[in-house]
Formats: sequence, C-alpha cells, structure tokens
Amino acid sequence: MNIGQILHDLLFDYTLRTVALGAGSLGLIAGALGSFALLRKQSLLGDAMSHAALPGICLVFMLTLSKDPLLLLVAGGGLAGWIGALLVMLIVRRTRIKQDSAQGIVLSVFFGFGTVLLTVIKNMPSGNKAGLNKFLWGSASTLIASDVTKIATIGVVALLIIALFWKQFKLLSFDPDFAHCSGIPVRVMDVLLTTLIVLSIVIGLQTVGVVLMSAMLIAPAASARQWTDRMGRMVFLAAAFGAFSGVAGAIHSSQVDDLPTGPTIVIYVSVIVMVSLLFAPNRGLLWAWVRDYRHRRSMRAETVLVNLARLEDPLHEHGHDVRVLGAFGRLPANSVMEQLARQGWAVRVNSHRWALTPEGVSRAAELMQPSRG
Amino acid sequence: MIDWLRNIQYDEWRALLDVVLIASVVTVACALPGTFLVLRKMALMSDAISHSVLFGIVIAFVVMTQIGMGDALGSPLLIIGAAAAGLLTVALTELIITTRRLKEDAAIGLVFPFLFSIAVIIISRQFKNVHIDADAVLLGSLEYSALDSMQFFGLTLRPKALYIMSGILALNVILIALFYKELKIVSFDAGLAATLGFSPALVHYGLMTMVSVTCVGAFDAVGSILVVALMIAPPATAYLLTDRLSRMLLLSAAAGLLAAWTGIPLAFFFDFSYAGSIATMSGVIFLHALMMAPDRGLLAQWAVRRAQRFEFPAQMLAVHLFHHEGRPDQEAESSLRHLREHFKFGEDRVRQVVSHALRKGYIQREHDRLRLTNLGRETARSVMIRT
Repeated sequence: MNIGQILHDLLFDYTLRTVALGAGSLGLIAGALGSFALLRKQSLLGDAMSHAALPGICLVFMLTLSKDPLLLLVAGGGLAGWIGALLVMLIVRRTRIKQDSAQGIVLSVFFGFGTVLLTVIKNMPSGNKAGLNKFLWGSASTLIASDVTKIATIGVVALLIIALFWKQFKLLSFDPDFAHCSGIPVRVMDVLLTTLIVLSIVIGLQTVGVVLMSAMLIAPAASARQWTDRMGRMVFLAAAFGAFSGVAGAIHSSQVDDLPTGPTIVIYVSVIVMVSLLFAPNRGLLWAWVRDYRHRRSMRAETVLVNLARLEDPLHEHGHDVRVLGAFGRLPANSVMEQLARQGWAVRVNSHRWALTPEGVSRAAELMQPSRG
Repeated sequence: MIDWLRNIQYDEWRALLDVVLIASVVTVACALPGTFLVLRKMALMSDAISHSVLFGIVIAFVVMTQIGMGDALGSPLLIIGAAAAGLLTVALTELIITTRRLKEDAAIGLVFPFLFSIAVIIISRQFKNVHIDADAVLLGSLEYSALDSMQFFGLTLRPKALYIMSGILALNVILIALFYKELKIVSFDAGLAATLGFSPALVHYGLMTMVSVTCVGAFDAVGSILVVALMIAPPATAYLLTDRLSRMLLLSAAAGLLAAWTGIPLAFFFDFSYAGSIATMSGVIFLHALMMAPDRGLLAQWAVRRAQRFEFPAQMLAVHLFHHEGRPDQEAESSLRHLREHFKFGEDRVRQVVSHALRKGYIQREHDRLRLTNLGRETARSVMIRT
C-alpha cells in the first residue's frame, strides 16, 4: 500500500483514524509523564501500577456493571493503583524490605486478587467479562471516537498541570531535598505527579495492555534522555517519540493481517530506544566507541613517539629500526607509525627505519615533561 | 455444605489432590531462589524473566517446527529455549546497565516488554491454530496441568507438572546446598566475596539460571504472575521474621506452602482461579507478617515508638525525684500538682508519664506524693552517669 493511500485512510477511515489518534495521544501523554518517572528512578512504577489496577477495575465493574472504559479504568484502576503505590511506600519506609520486593509483591498479589475477582464476575449471573479481558491485553482496535476524546481530554489536563507546576516537578525530579529546602510542598507535588503518572498508566491499559504499559512509559523517556540534557527538550522529545510510535504502530498493524497493535507500538518504541542509545550525539554508544578508539590510537602513537625520542640522537639521518622499540614494551604496529608520519612527527627512512622530524622531537619533549596538573 | 461435599466425585478429589501436590512443589521451588532475589534487591528480575519465558518458548517452537520436529509443544527443548530466554533477559539488562546510559530499573522495564511483544506478534501471526492461550500465559491453569501426562522411558507419569516441578525443586535444593556459602557471601557482601576469590558474576548467573528454569517449569502450571508472587511474597514474609539465612529459606518455603494450602481450598469451594487465589493468600500472609511480626512488624514498631514517647520523660521524672530525695523540699517537689508546673506538661501528659513510670516500677504513689523505688533510684543514677 502506498503512502498516499495510508494518508488518505488516516484522514478518512474511521477505524484507523480513531486508533491512530488514540494510540498517538496515549504515547504523547505517557512519554511526557514517563520523563519524570525515569528521572525519579520510578521506571517500574508503570509495570507495578498497571497490574495493581486490575482488582480496582473488577470491583468497580461488580458494583456498577458499567462497561464505560473510562469509569472503570480511572475510578477503579486509578484507585487500586494508588493504594498499591501507597502500600509500596509504607513497606519501604517502615521495614527493611526494599523497593523492588515491595513493588513485586504489590504487582503480583493485586493482580492475583484481580484474577480471583475475574472468576467471580464470570460466575455472576449478569456478569459478562468479555469486556474486561481487553484490559489485560489491550485492544486498541476497539477504541471508539468518544474514548479518544476522553483520552485526549485527560491528556490536555495532564499537560496543563505539568506546564503549571513545571518548576516544582523539575526540582522534585532532580533534587527533592533542595526542593524541600526551597519551600516547595514536596509531599503535595509528589502526590500530584504520581497521580498523573498513574492516570496515564490506566488510560494506556486499554490500548496496549498490562504487560506492555511499562514500555510505553519508559521507552520514549529513555530515548529522549540520550538526545539532550535539558528537561524541557527531554519532555518534548519523549512526547514526540511516544506519539510517533503510537501512530506508526497503529498504521503498521492496520496494513498487515494479524499484527496486534499494542506489541507493534512497543516494537516501534524499542527500536527508537536502540537507535537513540547507539546514535544520539554525545551520549550515543557509537560515538563513545569511536572516541575510545581514537583516544587509544593516539595514546599508542604518543607512546611510540616518546620511546623513539628516548633513543639517543633521534635526528640522525639513517633513523632507528622500530623493532628496537619492542624492548620498551609492545612492538609498534605499522598503522601506528603511519599515523605518526601523517601527523608530521616521523619519517620513514627505509622499510623498518624511522626518524623523528623536528616537530616530532618538540612534541615528544612536550609529552615527556612532567604534567603540571 | 456437607451434602455438597458428598456429591464431589472421587475423580474430583483425585484432581484436587494433584493440584495441591503440584502447588506445594511449585511454591517451595519458587521460594528458595526467590529468597536470594529478595536479599539481592533483584526481585523484579523474576517479573522480567517470567515474561521473557514466553519469548523463549515461541522461538524454540518456531525453530523446531521449521526443522520439522513435529508436535513440538511439551518437548523438553522448549524448556531449554525458555530458560535461555530468561538468561538473555538478564544479559541484555546488564548490557544496558554497563553502558551507564540508563539505570537498572529502566533497563529491566525496556527489555522484557520488547521480548514479550515479539513473542505476542509471532503467536498471532504464525500460530493461529496452535494453542498458546494468551490468558494462560499470565494466569496459568493449575486445573489443566493436573490432568496432563507425559511419557518417560515407557512409563506414563501423571500429572506431568508434578514430576517436572519435583525435578526442578530437587535441582534447586541440591544447588543451594552445594553453593550455600557462595550464595550467602555474594548476597550479603559482593565486595568481600570478590576479594576472597569467589566470582560474584558466576554466582549471579548461576542463580539467574536457577530462577529461569524455575520460572519456566512453574510458568506452565501456574502462569507468570503467580511465579512472581511466589518468588517474592514468601521470602519477603520470611525476611520480616528472621535474621538468619538458613531460617529465612525454611520460613519462606513454609510461607509458600501455607499460601498454597489456604488458597487452594478457597479456590475450590468458591470456584476462584487457583493461581489468583494462591497469589492472594501469599499477599494476605505477607500483610499479616507486616503487621504482626515481632520486632519488625508495624504493630511492634508502633508499640516501641509509643513506649519511647514516655520512657524519656519517665526517666527525667525519676531523676527529678532522686535529686530532691532526702532534701527539705522533697515533699513539695514530689507532689503531682508541682510536677505539672515543673515539667510544663499538660494534665494528660503528666498522667501518662506517671502511669508509665508506675508501670515500669520506677515510682510508687502515696496519695498525691510520688516516691522513688529502688529500681527508680538505679535508673536515675544510670541516666545521670550516661550524660
């Protein structure tokens, strides 16, 4: 299918437009909020809270029998997720059990209790759990226009709150102690920020499901972190990465048979993470490897230069057999000698003999001086 | 209730017994390596590994179908593939951490959703007619695993999961017994372990292999979420109850068994999911320990804090009385009314402090005068010397 057709469908095909918009706005919100979660080392909060939401969703369903996803997710899931977050905090603060175990317990036990409630619902005379299952696995294709409107509304409110408390959230993420000293109500801001994150998690459940939600929260932020050191740019980039993955995943899965939307979106964000880790300027691993390689090479060349200079009378015409340098340690490779020649520090006299140029001698003298640092 | 019980057929009892046996073996097999995960602050690796297992199973299945090994589901090669995927998760996570571009939590959270997504995509594209039920992945199906059988040197072993998990349990017990010292020293002081010539990396990967194999075996029977619950909740419960590693191992096995033995009857009589019910009970047991544990429990902590609130003023009261003992102003200084002015406490506070001091036996009361006991005098002396 060509690009023009895809663009046409994106604008005029109801299902594709709805799914792409929904997944895109979810990616945008999760990306923006995920930046704070990543910086606060709460990356796995997404995983824990998305599992913890299940019993809340079931309980609200049992009480109201409503199938409105927003009510179930935000009221039930949000509340259960919140209780889970508080429990984790209580356990970590009051006992020697660490964050990881506390999160693991809340995640698995809440989810286990949720599955118990699911079996109860299945046995209820009026129960029909078919609708609830999509919260486990996410099914972006069942999104309808009104869902998207609600997701977008929640998103806009969340972004407005971020903009409003930008300074506070930023300080809280980097240096909570300093934030506290500066008179920022840290507790309140903490609660507000965690609430927003939980909110973005529960609305994501419907699109990508329990297991993959943690990737939606962290991956865009982890990618954005590689490209910049500035918080503002990071949040913006993360939102852009998230939105792009959402839309691209939705389009891609609509073009290929039997390609589930949620996992496709996660593959897209994961690829963005890999590209960012490898190629981002400054922090990119590829550049780090290149820098490393260059550095090692110039170190090696300089060592050879200094050793050559240490041989007596380095300027005399016939030069020195570099194989003698084996006595100082490693025998210099040809490439090292050629690099010295390129830099104008040494000249080849004949096959194994090399002599230093005047520039080479002065550079070696520089290197041999005890460093004044 | 009794009539209803009588109506249960013999076959059902037999199946229930199998479920109990499988669950018991699974809980102990999970609790043992889980103890080390909790101690080493790597509890969430069990979450990551238990999800990546699906990736391993799917890849192994694809490879085996491609090279024409026929009905590959249930083959031991799948278990090897799945365990390898668990180790791949650990290795990838560590690869990301060693680049120092991302923290550990982010690395874990990126790797397993990626592998899981690949697995789900392959399943939905390639195996529309093969039964890898998505719900069964997370939730497992103890009730079906009790019915599954396997062939082993011509013998029909049923239920299969019981035999596989017993093997894994035996393996875990033997490995932990053999490398107890190594595991212990690496868990508590990796730096010291390295200095003494133990390789923390080797022990780490050994432990992770154990966790992966256990996850794979248990995954089939109970699903990935119960694996996580059983690997973390019982050891965390035991961690609240003891300071000794050997006792912690025993206690976490016991907590796991208790969860299985309480969860299964509940699930049976109320028709809940077995895995969910056991996970819930492991949480309830943890919560109980969290509240009630001696010394470390929330109630014990609360009692200590409450006692400390009165202990210091009660000691000061003893010092005050001791100071004025045998002086002309003793009568005046030891009256309750005077204490209120002297300590600038409210009426309630004075009453609470005095009753605490009475309870501890520091003082005796004679009408509205307070007298030091011998214990009170000693306390006052020791408090004053300490300062």
